[in-house]
Amino acid sequence: MASSIAISLDKCTGCSLCVKACPFGAIHMANKKAVIDMAKCTLCGACVTACKFMAIELKKDSGPKKDLSGYKDVWVFCEQKKGVIQSISFELLGEGRKLADKLGVKLCAVILGSGIESKASELSERGADKIYLVDHPALKSYQDDPYTEIIVNLAEEHKPEIILCGATTIGRSLISRVAIRINAGLTADCTGLDIDPEERLLLQTRPAFGGNIMATIITPNHRPQMATVRHKVMQEAAVDKSRKAELIIKHYPEEVLKSRTKLLEIVEEISETVNLSEADIIVAGGRGLGGKEGFEMIGELAKVLGGAVGATRGAVDADWIPYSHQVGQTGKTVCPKLYIACGVSGQIQHLIGMQSSKVIVAINKDPEAPIFKVATYGIVGDIFDIVPALTKEFARSLKK
Amino acid sequence: MNIIVCIKQVPNTTDVRIDPATNTLIRDGVESVINPFDTYAIEEAARLKERCGGKVTAITMGPPQAESALKEAISLGCDEGILVSDRKFAGSDTWATSYTLAAAIRKITDFDVILCGKQASDGDTAQVGPGISAHLNIPQVTYVKRIVEISAGAAKVERMTEEGYDIVETPLPCLFTVVKEINTPRMPSFKGMMRAKSAKILKWTADDIEADPAALGLDGSPTRVVKIFTPEARKGGETLSGATDDVSKELVELLKDLVI
Repeated sequence: MASSIAISLDKCTGCSLCVKACPFGAIHMANKKAVIDMAKCTLCGACVTACKFMAIELKKDSGPKKDLSGYKDVWVFCEQKKGVIQSISFELLGEGRKLADKLGVKLCAVILGSGIESKASELSERGADKIYLVDHPALKSYQDDPYTEIIVNLAEEHKPEIILCGATTIGRSLISRVAIRINAGLTADCTGLDIDPEERLLLQTRPAFGGNIMATIITPNHRPQMATVRHKVMQEAAVDKSRKAELIIKHYPEEVLKSRTKLLEIVEEISETVNLSEADIIVAGGRGLGGKEGFEMIGELAKVLGGAVGATRGAVDADWIPYSHQVGQTGKTVCPKLYIACGVSGQIQHLIGMQSSKVIVAINKDPEAPIFKVATYGIVGDIFDIVPALTKEFARSLKK
Repeated sequence: MNIIVCIKQVPNTTDVRIDPATNTLIRDGVESVINPFDTYAIEEAARLKERCGGKVTAITMGPPQAESALKEAISLGCDEGILVSDRKFAGSDTWATSYTLAAAIRKITDFDVILCGKQASDGDTAQVGPGISAHLNIPQVTYVKRIVEISAGAAKVERMTEEGYDIVETPLPCLFTVVKEINTPRMPSFKGMMRAKSAKILKWTADDIEADPAALGLDGSPTRVVKIFTPEARKGGETLSGATDDVSKELVELLKDLVI
């Protein structure tokens, strides 16, 4: 049986609550009754919840119930670059620990690389009960084919219940491929994860439509349940040196390790020490900076704070700063502890990329600038006065 | 060189606003546009064609009205458009969407390069591009910012990373997802618009692409949306005012726990 949605004309009062609730604009009123446009409907069920008269019936066919009891444990794919475990992995281990405890299962770290055996202790200190480690020169740097093959092999053999992965350039490329291969459900860029203890379901909450709506997503009938998680959303696992994990070293034959693509060179070009998506503090500039020189001022404040420099699309398009610094819809989505927006008006495309920052400071001469609507602290004034003063004041206070 | 560009029609997120009274999305008057990231894929396809010759096919899965996105793609340099549309696709998640697009691409058979935007601006998943290449079992390079070299059987590209970029060599056929940095899309030409006007868009249904019905739409989607809600709107906070030195001191004091 296929899934379907229907409106009971007896029960529909024509109140049009469902029209407002539909995120896809698929419902309209005709003759004082709601009508669903099936070409637009995605069967998300938002209208069912909104209807106060139980006039909308959604039948979701999830097929015959499969036996999923063979799947257990929470896995975290731990990313390494040049042998250094990336901080996102510790964030995922922190979150994975909570999920594993709720389910009463083990937390397992999966790490691939070359000459990384000594790194295993870092993962046990961060809460892993078990570590699957694959060490081979072919795995030194990330490549889609061998990494995908190995995760597929591991998951098919050990059957995890949940796999978490960072929503990084590596994570998003890898795990999307893995999900297809093992026929698993995958939810991107989750900002909240929880467990439904009765059904043992992973409740995955993520923003959509540029953060204008939130959706909670489940994978009822497929295992593993897979999710990517954005940087800086989850808390890093604390270090506990006394913890010891079971280390399982896996070996794979050459055909699993071969790659159709060939990585010729890794070029690093970020001028500062901190990359944008990993930064705890970002100082960003917009058109209000007036030119390249403005970014020198921004850079000084960022340096004092140990933060990274962000920019709006306007500033990037004007060639004041490279694209790798762009925050927003066509740039990066960031979630630092502190975001200081200087001369940024706050157009929706920029807000989409930074509005989940914990604390936002806005400095702008226009009191009507939309950025003030999302700012924790706003200062109306001239950035060329205030930013240098702030740099000086922070430098003084941090020296203490 | 035969190039396929996968595009998606999305609501223009700039226009999506929340009604403060009802806390719901205002969709009235929201226009549909080609996913902004896909415009770079279209442009890159047009440039590859200029460089190597061949044909560019734009393909989209969506409701009948998505035909306009394909027409626009033709005005921007694509040669033809294929609309993969069927009621059976309703409720597709990224698994089912990439399955459907892969099935349609298989029907095209002869292709060297598949180009996708890095992600769509409505769902923001970045999963469909890699999903298509996984279904087709071809190599992929994601976040491509430059196609350095391309010939009949191989390409060398730059893949953007958090720290800079990787230089990657790949055999063809290969799927690339592209980032904004790769090019500056052209405006539609008059000739292009005329061609788009008269272009006939191919329409393929689930039967046409010989898809397994169980792998389509909501039934073929492992994930289910169980709840949709509006996030608590971020409220503006305090406004600090006074002399520059005073507000600076005040702010530094307020932020001292965050800045260590």
